[in-house]
Amino acid sequence: MASYAKMIAAGKRWDKLFILVGLSSMLVGLITLSALIIDLAIDGVPRLSLNFFTSFPSRFPEEAGILSAWVGTSLVMLVTALSAVPLGIAAGIYLEEYSRKNWLTDFIEINIANLAGVPSIIYGLMALGLFVYQLHLGQSILTAGLTLALLILPMVIMATREAIRSVPTAMREAAYAVGSNKWEVVKDHVLPYSTGGILTGVIIGLSRAIGETAPLITIGALTFIAFLPKSLMDPFTVMPIQMFNWVSRPQEAFHFNAAAAGLVLMAMTLAMNGLAFYIRFRFRKKIKW
Amino acid sequence: MKNLLWVIVLSFLACSQPLKTSPSGAMIKIDGSSTVFPVTEAVAEEFQKAKEGAVKVTVGISGTGGGFKKFCRGETDISDASRPILKKEMDDCNSGGIKYIELPVAYDALTVMIHPSNTWATKMTVQDLKKIWEPTAQEKITKWNQVRPNWPDQPIKLYGAGADSGTFDYFTEAIVGKAKSSRGDYTASEDDNVLVQGIANDKNSLGYFGFAYYVENQNKLKAVAVDGGKGGILPSQKTVEDGTYEPLSRPIFIYINNKSLDRKEVKEFVEFYLKNAAKLVQEVKYIPLPAKAYEMVLGNFQKGKIGTVFGGKSEVGLKIETLLQREAKY
Repeated sequence: MASYAKMIAAGKRWDKLFILVGLSSMLVGLITLSALIIDLAIDGVPRLSLNFFTSFPSRFPEEAGILSAWVGTSLVMLVTALSAVPLGIAAGIYLEEYSRKNWLTDFIEINIANLAGVPSIIYGLMALGLFVYQLHLGQSILTAGLTLALLILPMVIMATREAIRSVPTAMREAAYAVGSNKWEVVKDHVLPYSTGGILTGVIIGLSRAIGETAPLITIGALTFIAFLPKSLMDPFTVMPIQMFNWVSRPQEAFHFNAAAAGLVLMAMTLAMNGLAFYIRFRFRKKIKW
Repeated sequence: MKNLLWVIVLSFLACSQPLKTSPSGAMIKIDGSSTVFPVTEAVAEEFQKAKEGAVKVTVGISGTGGGFKKFCRGETDISDASRPILKKEMDDCNSGGIKYIELPVAYDALTVMIHPSNTWATKMTVQDLKKIWEPTAQEKITKWNQVRPNWPDQPIKLYGAGADSGTFDYFTEAIVGKAKSSRGDYTASEDDNVLVQGIANDKNSLGYFGFAYYVENQNKLKAVAVDGGKGGILPSQKTVEDGTYEPLSRPIFIYINNKSLDRKEVKEFVEFYLKNAAKLVQEVKYIPLPAKAYEMVLGNFQKGKIGTVFGGKSEVGLKIETLLQREAKY
C-alpha cells in the first residue's frame, strides 16, 4: 500500500514540476512580448494622432506621417490575400481529396513543406526576375502583392491540408451514403468543417507577409513617396520599410515615429485576426449537422 | 458571408479598374545611397510642395551600388551616390547606352568618436588611426598604449561601418590608403544608431560614422580632432567648407540620366535641387558646399557636362573647386 502512495506522490510531484516548467516557459514569451509592446507604446503613443495617419513622410519628424505606408500595406495585403487564399485552398483541396497518393504527391508535399522555410529574400529575387523583368508588371503594388502571395502560399496549402485531414471519415461516408458526389461532399461538408483550420493558416501567413521587408526592397519598393497610388501598377512603400528608414535616422524624434508606426502595424495585424475570427464565427453558426 | 465576400471582391476590382502599364502623370524616379537620401528626400518634399503635386518624385534606398545598377539599366532618372561612379558601373552605363551628368550636392564629414570620459585620445593623427584600423592590426593592436605609449593600458573597443557601405569604402581609403582594406575584428553595423549606442556605452570605445549622427548625439559622444598634417581639426561646417578637416570629409553626389533631361520636370527638379541645396542640406545636418561651388555646379549642369571627373575610382582630399573645373571623362 505504502509503495502505491509513494508512486502517486511522486507522480503528483512531477505533475507540479511540469506545471511550474510550463508556466515559466509561457511567461518567458509573454513577459518579453509585453515588455516590447509597453516599450513601443511608451515611445509611440504620444505620436499617434490623426495627422500621423494623414501625412506623407517628411524630413521634419513631427510633420512626418504614414499615409503612403499604410495605404501601400493595405493594398499589397489585399492583393496577397485575394491571390494566395483561393490558390492555396484550391491546391490543398486537390492534393488532399482528388490527387492519387503516390510518390509524386509525396514529393510535392515534401517540396511544399520545404518552400515554407525558404528565406523571403529568395522570393524577392525570383519575383524581380519573373514579375518585374519577364512579365513587365513593374515595381508596383501588384508585383509586391503577388510576391508575398507566393511567399505564404505554402503555408496556406499546408494549413488547408491539415484542416481537411481532421474532418472525420464518418462525415464523408455519411454524405456519400445519401448520394452526394465528391464535389458536393467537399463543398457542403469538408470545407465548412475545416474553415477554422484553414483560416488560422491564412492568418499566420498574412501576419508574416505584413511584416516582410526584404523581398519588397528587392523588387523595388520605395522609401520616400508623397502621393497615393491611383492603380495597382503604381509605385508604393509599406509600413516596415517606413519604420526601418525612421529607425536608422539620426534624429531621435524619428525613432518615436517608428515606434508609433510599429503600434499601427500591430493593430493592423490584430484587425486581420479579428476579421478571421468573425468569418469563422459566421461559418460555425451556419453549420447544422 | 456571401455579401462580405462580394464586397471584398468588388472593392478589389474597383481598385484595379484603371489598370495601366505606366503610372500616371509626370514622375521622377530616384534611387541610391541611404547617406544621400535625407538630402534628396528634403528636396523632393519641397519640390512637390512647390509644384503643388503636379510632379511626383519617388526616392528609394538601394545603396550607392544598387542604385547605379538600376540607373544604368535606365530604370531611374537620378541616382544618389555617396562615392563617385566606379569603372565597372561606368561600363554598365556605357553598354546600357546611358549618358549621365555628375553633380556634387553636399559634404559629409566622417567623424571619429570616443566616449565622453576619454581624455587622452581627443586628438589623433591619421597615422594613429591607420595603426588602429589597418588589416595587420587585427588581434595585435588591442590596447590604447600600443598606439601611443603614453596612453593608458586599457583595451580599445572598435565600432565601424559595415563592409557594404560607402562610408566603409571612404574611411578605409582615406585612413589606410586602400579602399575596403580594414581589420575585421570590430563591431560593424550598417545602422549608425547601433554604433552610437555602442560607443556611448563603452568607456574604451572608438568608432566612426557620418557627421549627422554626431550632431544629434553630441551629449553622448566626443568627436576626435583629426590631424591630417595641419594639426588636430574637429569636424564642423567651417572646417569642412574651408578644406581643413582632412582627409575625412567627402562630397556626396547625384547622377542624372541625360536622356531624362528631355523631360521638363527633371531639369526643373535638378535646378531646384541646386538652388535650394544650401538651405536644405543644413536642415538635415549635412554640410553644404560653398555658395560659389553651387553656382559652378549649376553652370556645369546647364552646360550639360557629361561623364565623371573621377575616372572610375575614389579620390581622397580633393578641393571641390578643383573637382568642378576638371575635364569629365565618359
